[in-house]
Amino acid sequence: MDKLKTARGVIYFFLIILVIICFIPFYMMIINATRSNSEILRGFSLLPGGSLVDNYFTLDSYINIWLGFRNSLVIAVAVTVLNSYFSALTAFALVVYQFKGKNVIFITFIVMMMVPGQLGLIGLYDLSSTLGMLDTYWPLIIPAIAAPFTVFFFRQFLVTTMPMSILESGRIDGAGETYMFHRLVLPILSPAIATMGIFTFIGSWNNFLFPLVIIRSPRLYTLPIMIRQLQGSPVAQNLGAIYLGIAISVVPIMVAFIFLSKYIISSITAGAVKG
Amino acid sequence: MQKNDNRAYWFIAPFVIVFLTFNIYPILLTFYYSVTNYTGMGGIDNADFIGLDNYRRLIQDDFFFQAFFNTIRIWGMNFAIQIIIAMLLALLFSDIRLKLKGVNAFRAMFFLPNIITIASVALLFSILLDWNFGSLNQMLLSLGLISRPINWLNNPVYAQGWVALIGAWMWFGNTFIILMAGISGIPKDFYEAAYIDGANWWDSFTKITIPQLKPILLYVFITSIIGGLQIFDLPMLLTDGRGAPRGSLNTMVLYLYNQGFSYANFGYSAAIAYGLFIITVVFSAVTFKTMYRGQVKLKRGGVKK
Repeated sequence: MDKLKTARGVIYFFLIILVIICFIPFYMMIINATRSNSEILRGFSLLPGGSLVDNYFTLDSYINIWLGFRNSLVIAVAVTVLNSYFSALTAFALVVYQFKGKNVIFITFIVMMMVPGQLGLIGLYDLSSTLGMLDTYWPLIIPAIAAPFTVFFFRQFLVTTMPMSILESGRIDGAGETYMFHRLVLPILSPAIATMGIFTFIGSWNNFLFPLVIIRSPRLYTLPIMIRQLQGSPVAQNLGAIYLGIAISVVPIMVAFIFLSKYIISSITAGAVKG
Repeated sequence: MQKNDNRAYWFIAPFVIVFLTFNIYPILLTFYYSVTNYTGMGGIDNADFIGLDNYRRLIQDDFFFQAFFNTIRIWGMNFAIQIIIAMLLALLFSDIRLKLKGVNAFRAMFFLPNIITIASVALLFSILLDWNFGSLNQMLLSLGLISRPINWLNNPVYAQGWVALIGAWMWFGNTFIILMAGISGIPKDFYEAAYIDGANWWDSFTKITIPQLKPILLYVFITSIIGGLQIFDLPMLLTDGRGAPRGSLNTMVLYLYNQGFSYANFGYSAAIAYGLFIITVVFSAVTFKTMYRGQVKLKRGGVKK
């Protein structure tokens, strides 16, 4: 038993080292965000400095990071809502009705899950240009309506959790199909919507390549694109300000994660074991 | 079962219309451009058909091969680090004798880097690793571990190593969670039976854990390779966006992006996209084949898939 205790102690020690390694980049980011440029140039410190406010004004005089925040949020919310609603609608039709072409849709799903997103990059750019949608959010938002993976996930969920008898009795009571979708099916799907919604949101929030190609005007920049602009900009002369810019883009996500981590982790597990 | 029901078409119409317009059409359009000399200006009328010239160029392009091998090398190092740490953690936390506590907290902490915007992570590391003023060199100097600052991002080997390491840092928590789920699905009596038969730790690991985990390992491997082949944000933002130092961070998607949007070679960029697609399919197919060779025997009570 004593041997086990020592083993456990050693293991915990290494686990804590690993946690420290995981967090040290973020820790240095936060510390350096509070230090002045000359302090950072002089050497490293594990204790915060007093230049947080100065750094903020330096950062704010070059870029409006909150605008990037707002833009990213607008896109991510729109993407998440459209993705959830239309995927649920499509999954509903696939589970409830028999119709021609159902199998074709299904096979297309499986194939499309293998296709890397960049395959259509050139085409999407050109299509957006033809439609006059370059430098707008439409090419980033509209494709969310057709998300094969989410539909697939919702379909599997409905097949296992929705009793068809609910719909039968609804029809007998004279409820329309659309009404039943909104009042019966969406509530049943809500756990699955929450799971996929988190991932869709994070995916959109972190998306880099597509906004990089589509967006031109600085006032439309999303957060990742704004972060890229920091590199090589005059702000880069002031290391404290650049650390602060990165910290502002990272800390809210970390805070959100603290509240959602249980949910996120259980859905990764579900995805892997079923997938 | 219901008969054919035309109402269904109303429900799937938005999906089908958007899917065909914003998913399938761009992919086909990309293919069309891959057989033209399009520069990205003036639309489809300004694209001259040049047959397979772009593909011929692709298979002779040293930069593309460089990008391919860079991508594979970075992914390979990343995957090796990631899977070893994740497997070790999963084994420790699922060990019935050790009974480690705090698994939920550790899982959450290890997973956290995964959801942080890669653009922010890349910029953060580009300054943490700075030659003169980066915190890493400052820390190593003040601890006396190095005598002169190391120019991490100016040396191809170090730069690739860092991309792999940062990638592993971001993904090992995710892999750990998945492996842990897989291991907890293995019936405990397998191990008890093995123990009674006198099997040691290594035997139960290689004869029970690994074979039982095969479907999960396949999932981890496939998702990792597909993601790894597409690596872009990190190498782009860590250095100059063109693959510095000395082309070592030039990955396939970075090359695709630069050909299309920095050098206005849309046609060639489209051909790179299809090259990448073919490589992805080949890698996935080979993985499936090797991992499932002779794997048709069903084991009683095995993990349900």
